[in-house]
Amino acid sequence: MSLWQKHAIFEKNSIVLVIGILVVIAIGGLVEIAPLFYLKNTIEKVDGVRPYTPLELAGRNIYVREGCYLCHSQMIRPLRDEVERYGHYSLAAESMYDKPFQWGSKRTGPDLARVGGKYSDDWHRDHLRDPRSVVPGSVMPGYGFLANTELDFRNIADDLKVLRLEGVPYSQDMVDNAVKDVATQATTDAADAADVIKRYPKAQVRDFDGNPGKISEADALIAYLQMMGTQVDFNLYDDKANIR
Amino acid sequence: MANALAPQKQMTFGEGGLALTFAALAALCIVIAAKAYTPEYAFHAYLFTAASLAAVFAIINRYYDRPAERAPLTIDGKPNYNMGPVKFATVIAMFWGIAGFLVGLIIALQLAFPVLNFDLQWISFGRLRPLHTSAVIFAFGGNVLLATSFYVVQRTSRARLAGDLAPWFVVLGYNFFILIAGTGYLLGITQSKEYAEPEWYADLWLTVVWVTYLLVFLATLWRRTEPHIYVANWFYLAFIVTIAMLHLGNNATVPVSIFSSKSYIVWSGVQDAMVQWWYGHNAVGFFLTAGFLAIMYYFIPKRAERPVYSYRLSIIHFWALIFLYIWAGPHHLHYTALPDWAQTLGMTFSIMLWMPSWGGMINGIMTLSGAWDKLRTDPVLRLMVVSVAFYGMSTFEGPMMSIKVVNSLSHYTDWTIGHVHSGALGWVAYISFGAIYCLVPWLWNRPLYSLKLVNWHFWVSTVGIVLYITAMWVSGILQGLMWRAYTSLGFLEYSFVETVEAMHPFYVIRALGGFLFLCGALIMVWNLWKTVNSAEQAETAGLALAPAE
Repeated sequence: MSLWQKHAIFEKNSIVLVIGILVVIAIGGLVEIAPLFYLKNTIEKVDGVRPYTPLELAGRNIYVREGCYLCHSQMIRPLRDEVERYGHYSLAAESMYDKPFQWGSKRTGPDLARVGGKYSDDWHRDHLRDPRSVVPGSVMPGYGFLANTELDFRNIADDLKVLRLEGVPYSQDMVDNAVKDVATQATTDAADAADVIKRYPKAQVRDFDGNPGKISEADALIAYLQMMGTQVDFNLYDDKANIR
Repeated sequence: MANALAPQKQMTFGEGGLALTFAALAALCIVIAAKAYTPEYAFHAYLFTAASLAAVFAIINRYYDRPAERAPLTIDGKPNYNMGPVKFATVIAMFWGIAGFLVGLIIALQLAFPVLNFDLQWISFGRLRPLHTSAVIFAFGGNVLLATSFYVVQRTSRARLAGDLAPWFVVLGYNFFILIAGTGYLLGITQSKEYAEPEWYADLWLTVVWVTYLLVFLATLWRRTEPHIYVANWFYLAFIVTIAMLHLGNNATVPVSIFSSKSYIVWSGVQDAMVQWWYGHNAVGFFLTAGFLAIMYYFIPKRAERPVYSYRLSIIHFWALIFLYIWAGPHHLHYTALPDWAQTLGMTFSIMLWMPSWGGMINGIMTLSGAWDKLRTDPVLRLMVVSVAFYGMSTFEGPMMSIKVVNSLSHYTDWTIGHVHSGALGWVAYISFGAIYCLVPWLWNRPLYSLKLVNWHFWVSTVGIVLYITAMWVSGILQGLMWRAYTSLGFLEYSFVETVEAMHPFYVIRALGGFLFLCGALIMVWNLWKTVNSAEQAETAGLALAPAE
């Protein structure tokens, strides 16, 4: 009986009520979020995960801008059918430089976590322009305007700087050459392709949109799609090593 | 000064300070617009400039029009309630509701008939979907919460709303945030965090508005002439405080430049995923649940003319609900790269959440004890009771879907979409409709135009909801099963696109359900329009922007 009356302190004093609410709502978040920043087994130790090249980053920003994540996940679950359909299940390490993450929550279209290298650039180009020309039955909107729109990458170095500030390991060299690297990576047989690959191992350097005269938004997006899920070599990956 | 005896009119500190602040903001936004990296961002900077200038004009204009003395707190010993901002939020909630339902219908049709994307970037599914979710959750739902919270806190405290310009700043500032967010989506400005898509500058603006909202709400409570804070206000307070915390945590971004709309979140990968769904699920838990439970705790007892069923149950309901909800986020990340311990915690707490949820449902429905006959005669009360029943249904379905083995089937499918809509249409929208059907006659002091039309609204919408959620159950479970189907030889039986094609009939049925729901809401608008414009005084003219009398 008396315990119920004790509740009156919350009902008669709004500040006590606010403090009570704050304490109660803080606990769950603290317990679930804070450990993710210090438990070592949260993010696996793997080789090969590197920051995005400036062109891939620009492509990723277009992916975000167009809301691709609303229909495509980037997270393969360790379930038999998913591993057979899409490839090795996704590791936390593979999105460790993703700001924001793009795991998604709906698959109106298929998962894209390992779409890199599955289809040709031509296929992607046709598919973006008119999805039903290569996949009859698809319900995806057409994105023909991407190939017609020049990529705006004048300020891409600013993006790298902010990401570096937030802990993504972009070197000074990468920031200084960011604008140049966009142009180089989007050009077939570019003279300084080797520089880009040295800065960003396994980077794919070529004209992605089939229009060498122009660096379009489609160049950037296809460059991003073609690298997705290709950084970790799963022939070398030892999943036992990460049981810590 | 016409009358020497009248007290001299002086600009208050609030009026002067706010006008100057807006003038400074207008100047800053002009500079930003001139140097913006993209035309889309420049457009937003111009919108900020225009809105700031309009605010300066409105403040000065109001100063010249108002009497010298401030509005009295009481008249003849009765509280002098400030219902202007409540009226505004009520009207605009209906506007955004219709807009949000319409966009929902459009994107439902786009999924059934992709040609309707017209391959235009501004109206493709990926840009319209956040417009739909934000319009219904934050624009419609948010304005309902603003309207009802400002109404309820005044009535249950028997005190006038605190602040002079502040309540207007909250409702107008909030709707300006909606405008920036919505136009941003169409122009491709998004940070891609579901239900937190607006970029850094919109987030900053919302933070200022939200803190003001909290202060107005608290300051009104401090004025109360009742010793106890009524239970509905506990829920409103929990909603306001928690949304502030979630908003700050999930929008911790660094802009690329003050001249760029683009920003990067400080969290990354797995941590970002956890923060996002800590936010995302509690946008459901606190925006769409706690806030609307507050509506339930005021409007159902009021309409049924019965006291809340159990005071003790409401105490348990309140603390258990807000404590448990915060933990539930990881059920959005089952079987992902989020560590197992976090997934298990999320699942466990989601299942426990079933109990306080049903405690609240029982408290709401049992309030009708001794007044059950009103369900036959009062369709507004029926709307609200059915909404609580939908709440009970979706708070059973949610914990069930959070069980990992169920989730392995349901995740990534339309089942989730169906679940969300049984909560959003059945619970959130219905309790809102019920509250607005109560509020409009009370605020405008006129009888509701037609109960028969409310009945029509109820049945048309209910048929729509049933079509919607059954279509999504079938399509979601069907697609989940098709993805994991194997042939007798051990190969995956269906290609992905075959599972997409199988969805078509259900997408058509879903669109039909959405269409019926929209029709019901249009019936409501007509009914309210006739109510406000019925007979009597010419006062009706000031519908949209009634002055704070």
